[in-house]
This record gives sequence, structure tokens and C-alpha cells, in this order.
Amino acid sequence: MSQFETVIGLEVHLQLSTKTKIFCSCANQYGCPPNTNVCPVCLGLPGSLPVLNHQALLYGITAGLALNAQINPFIKFDRKNYYYPDLPKGYQISQYDYPVAKDGFLKIKSGGQEKRIGIKRAHLEEDAGKLVHDNMFGCSLVDYNRTGTPLIEIVTEPDLRSPQEAYDYLNTLKLTLQYLGVSDCDMEKGSLRCDANVSIRPIGQSALGTKTELKNMNSFRAVKMALEYEVRRHEQTITSGGKIFQETLLWNDEKAMTITMRSKEQAHDYRYFPDPDLVPFAIDQSVIEQVRKQLPELPQDKFLRFLSQYGLSEYDANMLVADRGIADFFEAAVKEYPHAKKIANWMAGPVLMELNDRKISINELKITPQGLVALIARVEEGLVSNLAGKDVLTAMLNGGKTADEIIKDKGLAQVSDDSALFEIIDEVIAQNPTVVEQIKSGKPQAAGFLVGQAMKKSGGRANPKKLNELITRRIADV
Amino acid sequence: MSISKEDVKYVAALARMDVPEDKLEGFTRNLGDIVHYVEQLQKLDVEHVKPTSHAVPVGNVFRQDVVKASLTHNQALSVAVEAKDGCFKVPLVIE
Repeated sequence: MSQFETVIGLEVHLQLSTKTKIFCSCANQYGCPPNTNVCPVCLGLPGSLPVLNHQALLYGITAGLALNAQINPFIKFDRKNYYYPDLPKGYQISQYDYPVAKDGFLKIKSGGQEKRIGIKRAHLEEDAGKLVHDNMFGCSLVDYNRTGTPLIEIVTEPDLRSPQEAYDYLNTLKLTLQYLGVSDCDMEKGSLRCDANVSIRPIGQSALGTKTELKNMNSFRAVKMALEYEVRRHEQTITSGGKIFQETLLWNDEKAMTITMRSKEQAHDYRYFPDPDLVPFAIDQSVIEQVRKQLPELPQDKFLRFLSQYGLSEYDANMLVADRGIADFFEAAVKEYPHAKKIANWMAGPVLMELNDRKISINELKITPQGLVALIARVEEGLVSNLAGKDVLTAMLNGGKTADEIIKDKGLAQVSDDSALFEIIDEVIAQNPTVVEQIKSGKPQAAGFLVGQAMKKSGGRANPKKLNELITRRIADV
Repeated sequence: MSISKEDVKYVAALARMDVPEDKLEGFTRNLGDIVHYVEQLQKLDVEHVKPTSHAVPVGNVFRQDVVKASLTHNQALSVAVEAKDGCFKVPLVIE
């Protein structure tokens, strides 16, 4: 058992899904050819003036409310000054002492325990451009399309006590923001980025140890690994009599270790001051209440409602709630066909498997809740077997045909017609006299073998329940 | 508050300016004079003055979230000192 306690705080940057940038009318769009979504404002050309995107502020308020934070009645923007080629103005427009939201919390579940993680603040700012380093030609190339993309930076209190907790917090935060629809939270596209502060202290000590700041983690898994690495390094350094220096470290995913940044990049003196180009904003209580009214049901509330309203297991509820699209699809299906557990089984099982196989989201599936329900109803009626039902689902997703059309086209309907089944059964009985004798002499379980044989003869289309019933009846008659 | 040569070097470094050694003395004096001049404000009693960030009595100026045309790619790059692969070319920032 370690004699140290780990203390972690996270800073998460999220790109907001507005149509335009935060201070100009350029499209906020990922994946365009370099320098095609730029204008005098985001290029920082002299004489240009930034004007705040109303939607970006509303998204900021939305996120703040969902994080149980206080929305500042007065906010302003400040200049954070530093030189780097991805920042054409020589300063980033950010918020210093009057951020959009402060003093909130997010409830997370970690190791089966619920825990409240304090949110210190959430502020709006603009993203910087994208730099590509070309070592061969000894130059760096800048694409300013990303410049001016609206960001919200969400800063926790140092409340996280392990890399696993940090990981769980990130997943909860991401899901919450996805539910709000304010960001797609896609780390691969860079729309969610995370920096971490970590320190350790002897258990029982209240003063914080010296922290290091970790950057350059490209996934939640990388955040966790970087933190685990850094906690180990702090422990080893301190127990062997060394000292931790406050510095910024870069995570190297390939080498799985943290690396010191060059000192020249560390001189932080941002000289914040109010941006005179942007007037301040008074946020009326009525605006806050209006946004609050429009907040969607958040994942944790939905989870609890799914348990009580539909009697789902925690596992199923978790699977469904993990994606708002899936949860919405599920509820639309339940409206059509009031068998929530059966639908949940299909969603958490075959449907999720198809989504994973195809690497697509539920909205891209070629199937409606009505379509899925029609299939489930056929399986429940016994028209097709459970197994065949899964094949029908796959075919539905491939071709966009209805369940009934596919069942008919592929001849998948189970044969439940007595006379057709008796034909098969009589054959099987004639071919297996010894088994029949066993059954007659009081071993009814031997009938299973005959059911299997009959099933084979039917090409898998016979209804097994019906077969069992008819075989037992026939043998009793003979 | 007096300004030292080190202060001048620090501010120059933040501004990415080269200050030749023989100019340092003069800049230090000039900057000191400016700061000293502004220092007069310290004598004012501002106890009843509300902190203010902006001098213009205007607030809540918004833009609706509607896309408008950006510059063309060529227009954008026309202000670049050098361009390469559709990007602004700058000296290598990471070795």
C-alpha cells in the first residue's frame, strides 16, 4: 500500500458545435482544405473586429448549467498574450476573471462509488490554428481554419484521487456534453482535448505537493496511462530523496513516458487584460432560466428512469444510456411495442454488435424503431427463430427491406403447420426405432435427439417447440 | 516603482524584440520615465470608483450563428510572407 495520496485536476477543452466560429462568420467545419475558412478576424488582420457568436454563449451557459455551476451575471473577454505561429494575433481571446460559469460539480461513478468532482470554472475562448512541422524542409506550416473555433475549457478542482477516477470523470463529462449536443467530443478530430495536473502528498497531509502538468494525451486511455506513469515517477523520486519540479511534460504514447518540454516554451507570462474589442455581457436571469428549461434529460437521470420505468437491469440501462441516440431509439421502439426488456435485449445485443461491426452510429443505421419492433414481434410470435431473427436484422441493415419482406424472400419463416411437420416427424421416427423405444420406456429426454434430427430435415425452419410437442404426441399415439 | 535593465530585457523577450546592449541603458531610462509618469495615478483616491474593464457604455453585442463567405484561399495566402502546400510557412518552431 502506497504511503502517498494522488491529487489530480483536469482541464478539458471542447470545441463547440456551432455553425460559425466564436468571433467571426467563417464556417466552423472540420476537414476542409487548409486556409479556406479564414477571414480578417480569425487571421488577426489589422482593423478587424471580433463579435461574439450568440450561440456559443448559449452553449457555454448550457454546459455550465449541466455541470451544476453558477452562471456569472456579468462576463467579459480578456487577451491572453503569447507568441506562437498558430496564434496570428499574438494573443488568444479567452476569459480570465469573469468566466461564463464557476463553482459546479459533476457526479461520477468510480469503483462502484458515487463521487462529486468539483468544477472550478468553465470559460469560453477561441481555438488556435493547426501547425504541421516539416523537419525535412526546416519549416512549420500553419493552417488557420481552426483559428477561432469556439472552445469551452472546463477546469476541475483537484478532487480526483486516482488515474482511474480521472478516466471515469472524462467518460462522464463526455457523455454529459454529448447529451447536451454542444460538442461532438471526438478526441480523434481534436474536438475534445485534455491536460492534467498531478501531484502526490503523504496520506494525511493537507498541503498539496508540487504538481506537474501533462499535455499531449490523445485518448482517455492515454490520459490514464500518463497519470499512472507520472504518479509512479513522483513516488519513486520522492521516496529516493529527490525533488519534483513544477513543469509541463509531454506524454509520448509510443515510448509510454513523459518528456520535459523545452524551457523556452515554458516562460508563461500571459499578461491578461480585458479585450477592448469586445464589450462586456450581462446575462439576464431570464436567459439562464430559458436555457435551463431546454436542458435535455442528462445521462444519470435517464439511467435511473430506465431502471424504474422499464424495469431494466443496470447493465442494459447502462448500455442504452451510453449513447443518447441509442436511448432515444429504444424509447421510440417501446412506444410502438410495449415490451421494453425484449427491445433492450435486442438493442444491447445484436443491434449494438451491428453498430460496432459497421463502425457507425445509430443514426446511420438503415432501420427505424418501427422496423426493429416489427422484427422482434415476428420472433416473439415464433414465425422466425431467435437466430434467424439476427440474420434478418443483418439483411435489413444491408438492404433497407422490411423484416417481413426478408423473411419471405429467404424463406425463413418457421414451419408450424402440423401436417408438414408430421411428414418430417414420421420419417425421423421410422429411422430411429431404438430412440423411440427409449422414450416409450420412460426416457422422455431422448426426444431431444429426434427434435434435432427433424430440425435438420426441415433446414432449420421448423419451430422447435412445436416439434417437441408433436413428436411426444406421435410417439404416445403409436 | 523603478525599472531595471533586467525588466527591459524581460519585456523585450516577451515581445520577441532584440535590444542591443548599447541601447539597453537608454531604453531602461525611457521605460522608467513612462512608468513614473503613469504612477501619478496612484495618488488618486479611487475607493468609490467601481472597477471597470471597458470605457464605452455598450454591452451584449452579439452576432447570429450564420455562415458568411470567408476569404478565398488565394486572398488568405496573399498576406503570407511565404506559403507552402496551401499553408502559411513559418520558421520551424520545434526542433
